[in-house]
Formats: sequence, C-alpha cells, structure tokens
Amino acid sequence: MTEQLRVLIAKPGLDGHDRGAKVIARALRDAGMEVIYTGLRQTPEMIVEAALQEDVDAVGISVLSGAHMTLVPRVLDGLRQMGLDHIKVFVGGIIPDEDRDALKEMGVAGIFGPGSNTEAICDFVRQQLTET
Amino acid sequence: MDLVAQALDGNRYALARLISLVEDDDAASQTALSALYPHTGQAHLVGVTGPPGSGKSTLVNALAKLLRSKDTTVGIIAVDPTSPFTGGALLGDRVRMRDLAGDPGVFIRSMATRGSLGGLAQATNDAVKVLDAVGFDVVLIETVGAGQSEVEIARTAYTTVVLEAPGMGDEVQALKAGLMEIADILVVNKADRPGAARTARALEMVLNRNAAAEGDGWLPPILQTIALDGSGVSEVLKAIEDHRHHLCTTGLLAERERLRIEAELLNVLQRRLLNRLVSRVGNEQIQKWIERIAAREVDVYTATRELCQSGDRGAPIADPPRTVDLEC
Repeated sequence: MTEQLRVLIAKPGLDGHDRGAKVIARALRDAGMEVIYTGLRQTPEMIVEAALQEDVDAVGISVLSGAHMTLVPRVLDGLRQMGLDHIKVFVGGIIPDEDRDALKEMGVAGIFGPGSNTEAICDFVRQQLTET
Repeated sequence: MDLVAQALDGNRYALARLISLVEDDDAASQTALSALYPHTGQAHLVGVTGPPGSGKSTLVNALAKLLRSKDTTVGIIAVDPTSPFTGGALLGDRVRMRDLAGDPGVFIRSMATRGSLGGLAQATNDAVKVLDAVGFDVVLIETVGAGQSEVEIARTAYTTVVLEAPGMGDEVQALKAGLMEIADILVVNKADRPGAARTARALEMVLNRNAAAEGDGWLPPILQTIALDGSGVSEVLKAIEDHRHHLCTTGLLAERERLRIEAELLNVLQRRLLNRLVSRVGNEQIQKWIERIAAREVDVYTATRELCQSGDRGAPIADPPRTVDLEC
C-alpha cells in the first residue's frame, strides 16, 4: 500500500479572506492528496493540535492580514514542542519580500504569494514530502 | 515504548499514528490491532448519517460539546469522499467543529473513503476500535453525505442517527428502502426553516410504528433540532442514551455486536481470499481473462470459475484455455 499524502490547510488569525486557502486545498486535492481544511480564524494552537490529530505530512498556512511574523513562528514552535518537526510548513498570502528570508530561517519550507501557479505549489509540496 | 503502549498511555500523537497505520493498511497495523482489541468494547458507538448539507458535522459538534459538559470523553471519525479520478480528497468536517479545539477530552480524525462506497472508509471500523481501545467513552462516526443506500454505518455503530433537512423530498422519498430503515433516531435538523414540521410528519407517517414495536421494541423517535445553536440537541443525546439503555436491557447490544463481527469477519476474509487468489494466479493471468471477457470469448462467470480452480491448484496455469470462437 502506498502511503497517502495528507496536508492540512489552515487559516490563522482574523482576516476572512479564505479564497486562496480554498483554491490551494482544491488544487492539492486534484493532485491526489488528502486535504484537511480547517476553516477560518484558527489559533496557532488549534492548527498544531489539528496537525497532530490528523497526522499530516505538511501544513499550509494562509495569512493575508499581515500578521504572518507573529502567527507563523507560533505554529512552528508549537509543532516543535509536540515533536512534530517532520511536518513541512508552507505559507501563502501577502508576504512582503523583506520577511521571506526570516520566515525561511525559522523553518518555513516554501512561500507562495499572489499569482503563484497552483501546479507549481502542488509540485513543490509533493517534492518536499517525497524526497525524505 | 511501542505505539500501542504509548497510545494506551494517553499519547495523542501515538494515537494519530496508529490510525494512519490502520488507514494505510500497513503490515504493522494488524499487530497493533491485535494488541488493542482486548481493550475495546467499552465505548458507545454512535453513527450520524444523512444527506450532504443536512448538518451532520454541526450536530456532531453540538453533541460532542454537550457530552463534554457531562465530562464524557469523545472520539470523532468524520468521513468525506475520495475523488474517484485523482485519489485526492477534501476533508472539511473540522470546519464545523471549531468549538471542540483545544479540549484534550476530544479527538477528531478526518478520514477519506479511499474508494469504499458504503458511506464509510474501509479502515473506519478499525479506526473506531483504536479510539475505543484508548478509552474514549463515546465515539461519534460521521458518514459521508449519504443518499439512499449508504447503510454500512448501521453495522458499525450501536446507535444510528439519521438526519434530514426540510424540503428534501416528499413522502415517497421517505418510503423508499435504505437509509430511513437504519435509523434508531430520526432528526429533522434546521428546524427553523419552513417545512420542518411537514418533514417530521412525513417521516412519522412512513415509520411503521407497529412493526417496530413488534421487532426489537424500539420506536425511533423523530426529533427536531437547530444544530447550529444547539436547540433540541439535548433531546437527541437523551434519545441516544435511551437507545443504549434499550440495547443493553433487551440483549440487543450483544446481538448487534454479533452481526457487526460477522460482517467484519466475512469482509476481512473476502479481502484476504481475494488477495491470496490474485497473488497465486498472478495479475497477468487476470488481465488475460479480462481481455477474453471483453472480446466476448468467455463470460465473467466462466472466467471466475477457471480462476478459482487455478487458484485452488495453487500454481499459476500457463494460459487460459482457448474456447471455440463464437460466430459473429
């Protein structure tokens, strides 16, 4: 039996713009993955707990509120504390160029801004998850 | 410590890993399930089924909240469909279960059907066992959006709640066999919508109450809820508890358990035998038979008979025997 890739798509924080998250969830679904969609207004703690219960391989975080430098590190720290370092984290949304390096240093595997090609995102996720 | 010991010890990640092993049908899963099995049989297993959008996830969320207020721990398995084309799935039941986040007395697992058609996944039964074994008091099992014949849940759960929403069809729909028949409790959700009372009346008319009373002595109650704000949910929980009590006092619980195990055993046996036959005969042979059936040289029953015979002999046969071509 081949192992099925499972990805959590989560929207932390208070912005209600979930179109992007839904588009990515749909694209990953069409790429043959099992996508767990959490819906809006998740706290970082809720995202970590959902990732644990669902035993996912990756977490995609969509932030359009500008709060990514607060929310993303809290998800990464939470995953580490739970011993879930193996879970790859990627971020989508409005992420200014000057924050990208800092996020990657924290451990974010990939960052996708507006205009990103969904096919490229799927390829990236699959590649990230199958190379290890 | 191995995963089973860790999960029994309350480690939530070990529990999540075990469910994944079971889902991926990993070789280790059978060893784990053997070790877990003696710990099962304690939880009450409640199925929630109904058409897409009738409010299953929302009702599960409301029921779990209520159970938690009584200090009852709750495991949830929420099943959504796998795409028949890509093998992918979008599992969105957690969206309605935000209220339960952060509560260590709740564990939610989303599950894709991965090709099963009965409303549950192949591994749902085993995942339920894992949750049961590690000590959840109640396991709520939410099926995929069910149409008319996704009735597998009745074999998995002890109590089956069937949801309907107003305005989804006339009495003839309710008269049809299948989903309506497996209900231990019928719920008309979205009762604040027009037509709720009419839907409830339609259900009432078609439930043959006398037959039910003569059968197992349980009259499926018809309840109305607004799951979103929790109205009527305590009545549903009360009915679930009453039904559990009824099953225990009448000995029906043991009977349902026996039926469940029978179905499960036959199902596992069927898969095992099929796998054994396929590995003995070889996929190549099966492909050849498929071609011959497609070419109308043999029919599917003849092919099955031949395949079974060669499987019994234990060795792959050289080639399917050629039959005389039918005249066109």
